[in-house]
Amino acid sequence: MLELTNAALRYGKHLALHGVGISIAPNETVVVLGANGAGKSSLLKVLGGLVRPEPGAALTFEGAKILGRPAHDFPELGIALVPEGRGIFGDLTVAENLQLGAHPPHARPHEKRQRDLVLDLFPRLAERQGQTARTMSGGEQQMVAIGRALMSCPKLLMLDEPSLGLAPIVTSELFTALGRISSTGIAMLVVEQNVKASLAIAQRGYLMEAGRITGAGTAENLRADPAVQRAFLGAVA
Amino acid sequence: MSLLTLSNVTKRFGGLTAVNDLSFTLTAGETVGLLGPNGSGKTTALNMISGYLPVTSGTIALDGTTISTLGPERITHRGVARTFQLVRALPSLTVGENVLAALAFRKDPLWGKDAEARIETLLANVGLPGRQHEEASNLTYIDLKRMELARALATEPKLLLLDEWLAGLNPTELRAGIDLITRLRQSGITILLVEHVMDAVRALCTRCIVMNTGSRLADGPTADVLADKAVIRAYLGDDNA
Repeated sequence: MLELTNAALRYGKHLALHGVGISIAPNETVVVLGANGAGKSSLLKVLGGLVRPEPGAALTFEGAKILGRPAHDFPELGIALVPEGRGIFGDLTVAENLQLGAHPPHARPHEKRQRDLVLDLFPRLAERQGQTARTMSGGEQQMVAIGRALMSCPKLLMLDEPSLGLAPIVTSELFTALGRISSTGIAMLVVEQNVKASLAIAQRGYLMEAGRITGAGTAENLRADPAVQRAFLGAVA
Repeated sequence: MSLLTLSNVTKRFGGLTAVNDLSFTLTAGETVGLLGPNGSGKTTALNMISGYLPVTSGTIALDGTTISTLGPERITHRGVARTFQLVRALPSLTVGENVLAALAFRKDPLWGKDAEARIETLLANVGLPGRQHEEASNLTYIDLKRMELARALATEPKLLLLDEWLAGLNPTELRAGIDLITRLRQSGITILLVEHVMDAVRALCTRCIVMNTGSRLADGPTADVLADKAVIRAYLGDDNA
C-alpha cells in the first residue's frame, strides 16, 4: 500500500534519516520503535508529506508516486497524520476541529458516521463539542487531534505517540479502539513509547536507531527479542 | 514544616469550574504526585500555584506567605519553578542562552563567566553536557524538556512543578529520567509532579493527590491511593491497578 525507499532527510547540517525504507500493506498495523532522537517523527513527517527528503528517495501509495506532492494532498489520498505536539486549531471549537478533519472531498459524505465513531471513542469530546480547543486540557487536546485524523476517513492512519498525556484508563481505551479501527480495514503506522500496548495491536514493527532502520520483524518476534526487551520493554538487562 | 498550602482554591473559566475548592499541603522535601483523569484540573492547579493563572477564590501560600495575589515573576523569585507540558523554549536562542535567561532573571542574577560555569553544570546535570552552543530549535523533544528543566533549576527553586516531564520517554530513557528526579529530590527540593506514567509515580512519589472533575478525590501514601477503588474507577482502569 505504502512504500518508502532510500529516504535521507537533512535539517541544516544534521542528517536525521539515512537511506530509510519501510513498507505497509493494506490492513496492516506497523509499529516503529526507537529512542527519542532516532528519527521516528522525521520518518512520519516524510510519509505525511510535511518535509521533503533528499533526492534519491521514492514514496508510493497504492502504486502512485506521491513524493513532492504538497502535504494538503495527502489526506485526500487517504493518508492521515496525528502529529507530535497535537497541532490542533486552538481557536476553533472541538466540533469545528473535527469538521475540518472531514474536509477532503472523499470524507465529506461520511462526516456523520465518522463523527459518531470519534465521539464513541472519546465520550469526553461529545460533552465538550462547543468548547474552544485551546482551553481544554492537554490530554483532551490529544483526543481532538486523533479524532480529527479519523474524520478524514483515512486508508492509512499514522499516529505519533498517540498515548502521550493520556490518563492510564484512557490509554487502555485508546489501544482497544485502535485495535477496533484496524479491524475495520484501516492500515496504521504507530510511533509509540508504550511499546507493550503498541506491539499488542501490531502485526509488524521496525526498529530505528540514529536515523537508520536497524531491525524489522513480526510483532511476535520483536516481543521475544532480548535486545528489544532490554531497550523498549523495561526488562532488566 | 509545610512549604505550600492551598486553601479552598477554585478556578472558573466562564461557566466551567476547572478547579473546585481544592485544599492540600506539601511538606518541605516531599515528592508528591498530582494525578487524575484528563481535564480534571491538574495543570490548572499548577498554573495557579506558579501564578500563570489567577485564582478565582481561595488562597495559596508558600512558607506561610500568600502568593496567590502575586504575578508569576514574583512567585518565581519566592522559589517556585516549573516546566510545561508542551515545552516553552526560546527557539532562536542557543541552549545556553535559554538557561541564561533564567539565571539573569534571578533575584541574585548571574552573568558572564559565573553564568557560563553555572550553565555548564546545569546542562550536565540534566543530561545535556556541552550542548550550550546548539540552537534550541535543533533539539529533539526530549532534549527540549531537559533544557526546560535546566532553566527551571537555574532559578534555584524550593518548589519544582513538573507537568508530565516524563511523558514520551522509552523505558531506558524513563529510568534515566527517574534517576535524575531522584537526585533532585535528594538535594532537598520539594517536587509536585503531574504524571500519567505510573512506573515513575510509583518510583518517585511517597504520596499522591488524585483530582477528579476539579476536586480532590484522594490524598495519601502512593500505594494506598493507587489501590483506592474510586481512583481505579476514575483514573487507572482495571488494567493498570
